Amino acid sequence: MKFDPNRPIWLQVMGDIRTDIVTGDKPPGSKLPGGRDLALIYGINPNTAARVYQELEKEGLCETRRGLGTFVTEDGERIAALRAEMAGEAVREFLGRMSRLGIAPAEAAEMIRNEEENDHA
Amino acid sequence: MLESRSVTKKFGSKVAVEQLSLVLEPGHVYAMLGPNGSGKTTWMKMAAGLIKPTEGAVLFKGSPVGIESRKHIAYMSTEPYFYSWMTVKDVGRYYRDFFEDFSYDDYKGLIKRMELTEEMRIRTLSSGMMAKLKIAVTLARDSEVYMLDEPFNGIDLLARDEIRESILEHAAENKVLLLSSHLVEEMEAIADRAVFIKNGRKADECDVEDMRNAKGVSMADRYREIYGHEGVQA
Repeated sequence: MKFDPNRPIWLQVMGDIRTDIVTGDKPPGSKLPGGRDLALIYGINPNTAARVYQELEKEGLCETRRGLGTFVTEDGERIAALRAEMAGEAVREFLGRMSRLGIAPAEAAEMIRNEEENDHA
Repeated sequence: MLESRSVTKKFGSKVAVEQLSLVLEPGHVYAMLGPNGSGKTTWMKMAAGLIKPTEGAVLFKGSPVGIESRKHIAYMSTEPYFYSWMTVKDVGRYYRDFFEDFSYDDYKGLIKRMELTEEMRIRTLSSGMMAKLKIAVTLARDSEVYMLDEPFNGIDLLARDEIRESILEHAAENKVLLLSSHLVEEMEAIADRAVFIKNGRKADECDVEDMRNAKGVSMADRYREIYGHEGVQA
C-alpha cells in the first residue's frame, strides 16, 4: 500500500480495513492479523499498527479477545452503519467536486440518472 | 536505554557533533535524519563505543558505552568491513565468534531472503549485494539496540521492501532501533520518532504520527523546513 506521508498512517491503514469490513473481504467475526503481522503486511511501525486496532476498537468495528487476537465485530448493524457512513463520505466528496465545477446537487443527481440510463441503453 | 548527554566531538578544529543530547527508549524505531556531513555517523560511532566523545558521554543502561555495551548494541556502519577473500559463510562465522547474541540460523535465513548464498566471495559482490550482506549480518544478532547507518543506501527499489520487512521484524517493545538516512521517504512508514541533526546539533525531535495528525506535516516536509535547499537530495 502506498501511503500519503502527510496523513497519519494509522488512519490510512484503518481506512483500508474499514473498506475490507464493509465489502465482506473481512467478514463479521473473522480474525484479523496480530499487531506485529499487521505491521509487516503494511510495512509500518508496530506502534502505528497497534494504534490501528485501538482506533478500530473505539469505533466498535473490532474487538480484542484476550489471548485469542483481534476479530471483526459480529454486530451487523454496526457494519451497516459503517457502510452508510462511508457512502455518505463518498457522496459529500462527489458533491464537493461537482460544486467546484459549478454543478448544483440537483443537477448532479440528474447527471447520475442520465449516466445510468446510458449504461443500460 | 541509550542516552546521549551533551555529546561533543571535535576532529582538530572541526566540530562534528555539538552538545547533542538524546534519549532513546525501547519500543521505538527512530529515524535519525540529516544531510551527509551533519554528524549522524560520528554520533553513531560514539554510541557504538568505537570512538570517544571530546565532551559528554553516551550511556547504555546508565553506564558509559564501551567494550561491554558492544555485546548488546548491534551496529552497522556505512563502510564495508570484511576482507575480500572471505565468503558470505566466513562473514557469518566471523560474527558468530565475535558476538554471543549472533544466530547463524537467523543469518542463513536472512541471506537467503536477500538472495545471497554462503559460497559467494566478498570480492565478487556488487555494492548492492554488499549492502544487503551488512544488514543480514547485523540483524542476525539478537541485540537490545540496533543502529543501522544508511541501511537503504545502494539498495535497489525491489530489495528495499525486503530490507524494510527485515528491519520491522526486529522492532519490539524491549528493543531500540535507530536508522539513519538521508532517504527520508523510506523512513516515513517505519519510524515512529524522528531526530533531525543539523550541523552536529539536534535540530528537532518528534513523534511522526502526532506531527501528521496535528499539522498534516510529513517527515519529508519537516526535513525541508529544517534544511531548506541544502538538504534536498535524491
